[in-house]
Parts: sequence; C-alpha cells; structure tokens
Amino acid sequence: MKLRRASILIASTLIAALALAGCRQAGAGQPQLDQNRGQQPEGQLVVFAAASLTDAFGEIGRAFEESHPGVTVKFNFGGSQQLRTQIEQGMSADIFASADQKYMQELVDKGLMEQPRDFTANTLTIIVPKNNPAGIQSAADLANKGKLVLAAPDVPIGKYSRRALENLAALYGPDFPKQVEKRVVSQETNVRQVVAKVALGEADAGIVYVTDISSSYRDKLATIPFPPEANVRATYPIAVVKGSKQAGLARELVNLILSPEGQKILAKYGFLPVKEGS
Amino acid sequence: MKRLTFLPALAGLVFILYIVLPVVSIFLNINWSRFGTTVRLPVVLQALQLSGLTTLVATAVTILLGTPLAYFLARRSFPGREVLDTLLDLPLVLPPAVAGVALLMAFGRRGLMGSLLAGWGISLPFTTVAVILAQVFVGAPFFLKTARNGFAAVDTSLEAISLTLGKTPRQTFFRVTLPLAFPALFNGAIMTWARALGEFGATIMFAGNMPGITQTLPLAIYMAMDSNLEAALVMAALMVLVSFAVLLAVKKVAPGGDGHPFP
Repeated sequence: MKLRRASILIASTLIAALALAGCRQAGAGQPQLDQNRGQQPEGQLVVFAAASLTDAFGEIGRAFEESHPGVTVKFNFGGSQQLRTQIEQGMSADIFASADQKYMQELVDKGLMEQPRDFTANTLTIIVPKNNPAGIQSAADLANKGKLVLAAPDVPIGKYSRRALENLAALYGPDFPKQVEKRVVSQETNVRQVVAKVALGEADAGIVYVTDISSSYRDKLATIPFPPEANVRATYPIAVVKGSKQAGLARELVNLILSPEGQKILAKYGFLPVKEGS
Repeated sequence: MKRLTFLPALAGLVFILYIVLPVVSIFLNINWSRFGTTVRLPVVLQALQLSGLTTLVATAVTILLGTPLAYFLARRSFPGREVLDTLLDLPLVLPPAVAGVALLMAFGRRGLMGSLLAGWGISLPFTTVAVILAQVFVGAPFFLKTARNGFAAVDTSLEAISLTLGKTPRQTFFRVTLPLAFPALFNGAIMTWARALGEFGATIMFAGNMPGITQTLPLAIYMAMDSNLEAALVMAALMVLVSFAVLLAVKKVAPGGDGHPFP
C-alpha cells in the first residue's frame, strides 16, 4: 500500500516535471502552438511570420488548407527579431517569413535556413487616432506635436521608421530625427502593438506599414502619408527552415505565396510586388 | 522497505533539480569576464534604477493605503465582507494581461478615470506613475491578505487591557496592535515588493516600454533577449540574486512568527 502511494507520488512528480519542461521550451515566446519537435501531426505546418503579415498570411493559410485536405497551417506571428531568436533557440518552425533581410541573413549564416527568396514588399505610413487629438497634419508635425509610439530599434518596423525619419532630415533639417525621437513615449515589440496603442488613443501618432491599417482598426485610425521621397521600402524574405520534417509541404506553401494566387492575396492587403532583380 | 524511502527521496531530488537547474543555467551562461562592462550598460543601469525606485514607491503606497484597510477588514464584520475580500484578492489570480487591459480601460486616456484626468491635462499611460500603478495593482493583495491575517491574529484582550490602563485607542493601536502584527505586515510588504519587482505584463501594456521611464528590469530583460542576450542574462542573474537574498533575509530576520514569507 505504502509502495503504491510512493509510486503514485513519483509518477505524478515526473509527469508534472515533464509537463513543466514542455512549457519551458516555449522560451521567450508567446505562441500558442505545439512546441514539441518531432511530435507534429502529419500535415501540420508551422509558419513563423512577421506581425505585419498577420491578416494576409491568415488568408493564404486558409487557401493552402483548402487545396491540401488534411493539412493545417499554424502561425506564430511576432516581431521578426523575436522569431529569429526563437528559431535560434531551437523552437520548431517549418517556414520563416521576415520583415527584414538582416534577421533572415543571420539565420542563413548559422546554417538554419534553406535559400531565402524575397516574396513581397511594404512601405510606411504615419497613423493617428481618427479624432487626431494632437492635430498632426503632416510628417513635419511629428517633431513638435503629441506623443509618438514607435517600435523598438531592433524591430524591423522600428528600424525602417528611424530610417524614414533620417530621410526626412533632408526636408526638415538635420535635427528633425532627434526632435521626433524626443517625443517617443514607448518602444513596442512589434508593429501590431504600435497600431493598437494609437488605435486605443493612448498615443497621438505612430509609424507602421501601410498594410497594418486593416480590419478592426480601420475605423479608429487615420493615415498621414510620408513624403514619397522619404518613404522606406521594406522587402520581405521567406525561407524553409533547414531540417523541417515537412520540407516538401513547406516548399509548396512558399511556392503558393510566390505564385500569382498568393501575390494577389498579399496585394489585397496592400503589400507590393517584389521589384525585378531586388 | 528501503525502496519506500528511496522513491520519495528520488521524487524530491527530481523536483529540486528541476527548480534549481534553470536558475543555475542563467549563471552558467554568463560571460563573467565581461560582467563588469555589461552591468554598466545604460540599458541595465537605467532598468536597475527604475525598478528600484518604482518598487519602493509601490510598496510604500501599498503600506500607507493598505494598512488601515487591512485593519478594518480584520476587525469589522459587515455584510458583503466576503465579496469585498474576494474583490481585493482578484489581482492575485488575474493574468497580467487582464490587469494591463483593465488599467488601460480605467486610466488610459479614454478610460473611465483617465478621461477625467485628461480634462486636467494629466495623462498616465507611458509614464513612471503608470509603472507604479501597475505594480500596486498586482502587488497590493499580498500585503492586504497578510496584514489582515496579522491583525486578526492579535489577541484583542491585550488591546482591552491597554484601553483599561488609560491608553487612547490611537496609542493602543500604535503600541500594542501594530507591534504584535508587525511580522505579518513586514512579510506582506516584502511579498508585495517582490511581486512588484517581477511585474511585467501589466506594465508593458499600460505603461509601455521606454528606457529610463517605463522600462523596468523585466521589460529590459524581455527586450534584450532579441538584441543583447548577455545583458538579458546579467539582469536575470541580478534579479535572482536579489530575490534570493530577500527571501532568505526574511526567513532569518523577520521578528517573531516562523519568519516564513509565505504563510
């Protein structure tokens, strides 16, 4: 009797320890998906994708599932810098779509990715809450009106935003980027957080991709375009993760994204085609 | 028969290893030759300073506002006390994300209270005050709960004697009740402080993330994971050391009681 109780105790402790260990594997990330390498059900693809791709990839994923019965596509959307760290730390992904060449290249250099291909492009816009409490009318106003939210400098959109501000220095004077930076009240971890903070009206302006003014936030936000010569063009690379257990299926999904059908969906959400040769 | 003691011992060992291993892993991954330089990085120093300041203020605010309430809850019986008690306990079990949303809905610029404050030109989100508000919200229940139990455990006949000996109720509170309940108040304050130090979710949602203003240690660790793992590890190690020292000190130092911070 005692022995049995002891074994039950041991068994439950081990189960608890294993369960906890399983959770720990999630590391810094917050994705709600099956983390256990090698335990993916047949026909499940795990796609790590830049937060800006949330809506467009959701639709592409559904299209892929429709044309591949029995296959499910799971997404982990986040800042590309976080996704890069997660893949580096061994989280299982089949595909990585980055908003930034740098993070893809870092993974390629570590031998973790197959050959990446550029699949889409994006540009930036300024957003303000619909009622525009700070009265921001142009990019120039960013230097002297309201509270600004940007993504952190390590987030691709954060880097592109700062590059756009540098470009604006040619129009508004060399001090312009510094003056704007002084009005930044928060550095968010991905572009969707910037959108949310502005849509909630907590911040007076933010810089995001043109594709982010989507769905639920459209009626809460107004956009102010950058002067075209100052805007930044972001090219997104995508690649299959080396050693993916679903490499064949993963390449098919990448091909769909590169195909006219996939490009049409991306265009619907405001993404731009990749320029020839870029 | 030997197996009977062996198996539970093994279970205990597995558990100890499981808890200790991740903590030790932090220290094993730190490059100690660069520790001095890393700890002096602006991002680390700013986060240390901000976490120190905000958690101290949050704990002080909790003690000042919480002590009378804890005393009241311990001594007075009134209809709805259970409900009030439960409401005040809520932040203990609420996910930090819920706390973050709740604070935004209340104190955000368009929130219930926030829109009133906005009329006075006060905006809380993205300020150090917002960090403190988040810390008080999630940390206060620890103090309230422990302090209430501490006050409830004070022998009321001692207070009665003090009153019959001619001391005023105020004198009785400060000379009899408070000293007797002090170990509980102290432990509660330490737990509130520790929870405030670890606060992450509500802070990043309500106060945002700005080095030197709202980027506390947990936020700085989270951000550094993607850019400077070395700095993240050093800050994590500092938090482990401080937490360990505080917990140990409470066990050793706490006057009276069993000195255990989690009664």
